[in-house]
Amino acid sequence: DIIDVGHKYYLELVLEDILDKDSTVNCTAEVLYHLGSKNIAPDVQFTLEGELKNADEADNVFYNRIRSLEKELVAENIPDSHGNVPPEMEPIHRLAWVAAGYVIWQNSTENTKFHLAQIKHVKQTKRSDEYLEFDYMILLHEMVSQEIIPWQMTVLWHPQHGVQVTQDSRQPKHTLE
Amino acid sequence: QMLVDREQMEMLRGRRGLPISTNTFDYATYHNLDEIYAFMDLLVAENPNLVSKLEIGRSTENRPLYVLKFSKGGTNRPAIWIDTGIHSREWVTQASGVWFAKKIVQDHESDEGLASILDKMDIFLEIVTNPDGFVFTQTQNRMWRKTRSKHSGSVCVGVDPNRNWDVDFGGSGASGNSCSETYRGPYPNSEPEVKSIVDFVKSHGNIKAFISIHSYSQLLLYPYGYTTTPAPDEKELHEISEKAVAALSSLYGTNYKYGSIITTIYKASGATVDWTYKQGIKYSFTFELRDTGRYGFLLPAKEIVPTAQETWLALMVIMQHTLDHPY
Repeated sequence: DIIDVGHKYYLELVLEDILDKDSTVNCTAEVLYHLGSKNIAPDVQFTLEGELKNADEADNVFYNRIRSLEKELVAENIPDSHGNVPPEMEPIHRLAWVAAGYVIWQNSTENTKFHLAQIKHVKQTKRSDEYLEFDYMILLHEMVSQEIIPWQMTVLWHPQHGVQVTQDSRQPKHTLE
Repeated sequence: QMLVDREQMEMLRGRRGLPISTNTFDYATYHNLDEIYAFMDLLVAENPNLVSKLEIGRSTENRPLYVLKFSKGGTNRPAIWIDTGIHSREWVTQASGVWFAKKIVQDHESDEGLASILDKMDIFLEIVTNPDGFVFTQTQNRMWRKTRSKHSGSVCVGVDPNRNWDVDFGGSGASGNSCSETYRGPYPNSEPEVKSIVDFVKSHGNIKAFISIHSYSQLLLYPYGYTTTPAPDEKELHEISEKAVAALSSLYGTNYKYGSIITTIYKASGATVDWTYKQGIKYSFTFELRDTGRYGFLLPAKEIVPTAQETWLALMVIMQHTLDHPY
């Protein structure tokens, strides 16, 4: 408890490579939730005790595959109702996961717990520069309220320059009743 | 001639996509309501001396609410209740319920523990506790949680069946807004899916353990959800949970946390097991099955059987304890 500032949490965590369960890296972090304001993202500082595994080769394979597509990539419902993700959509899913992490961070308080529930829709926009651009409509699941929240996000990615969420906005809950 | 007729019947069933026997039923995939209801009938037909199907009511959209009764005899024996699928989007739970039904039939003589439980107690299993919601997740919205009731004065459809029970109804652990996923409903037991269970439990009068199964988060929870005041039997419930979770983890290393609802997950008013506990059903538990958020509600079908297998070990601990501690 930091008077007049907020609540600070000290965390020790282990990062695990989802593609290689034996590859782990320890991590320490400090998270500060600001008092009162619901519009400021929590401050996060972290230290990695070790190195993340190099994924250059897989990144480049994916990058080149998308760049060489004749038509812009379009897909829906990833995973599908049965939890399936087609192998060629795995990187698209993982990219959404990372980008959603940013959106979740920006919108988290001590009283929220978000997970990416599903990609409803993703459409690639071909660019004249080197970046890949994807426009996602995702569903976030907020655990405390149990709400499913549609969220739009525009994601840029490049193998050397990483992920950027250039635009994101919460969408109205569809009266899809 | 009888063989030919049987073969013809099986061919017809197969062509319609319905299961032919519970031995050829695919437990490692998600099924629709018709297939699950057909499975129930097959299970009863194959094991008429152990299994019967009860209709305890009808849903808002007039679908039958079925409970399977597993009994080796007696009259109104002390019983264990298990329900899955009260929240329709939690598909691994209905799928696990189907697996549990088959497991009971398979093991009821060969497994000493289960055999001794069934010697003295009955098991009731409601696999699709919210069939209207379930059909809606198949046809319209995979993420639908609530029932499909339309109450006058409500803007939106559906009530959270796990906030509709008569304990701390109106409390802050539920919403009064019909458009909310945790809408408590206009009054307690407004939902036929809930009322039918309330009526069943009250008229049975001899239920000794009540287990309501949800997903996801990998948690084993006991009352209360509505207050931080510990339940009188908290110590015992905590010890049972510890054992049940250890048994569950022993199979595939799946990690579970356990504790009271309010301290482990969040405040919930009008929750199922708060009500059952207050009715005097001491061994009231709620599970949250796999996973912890990677796939969430969209758990891959290949995880159905491992999830059901490990959960069953925990259920056996709870049932065994109930048998060994009559009250």
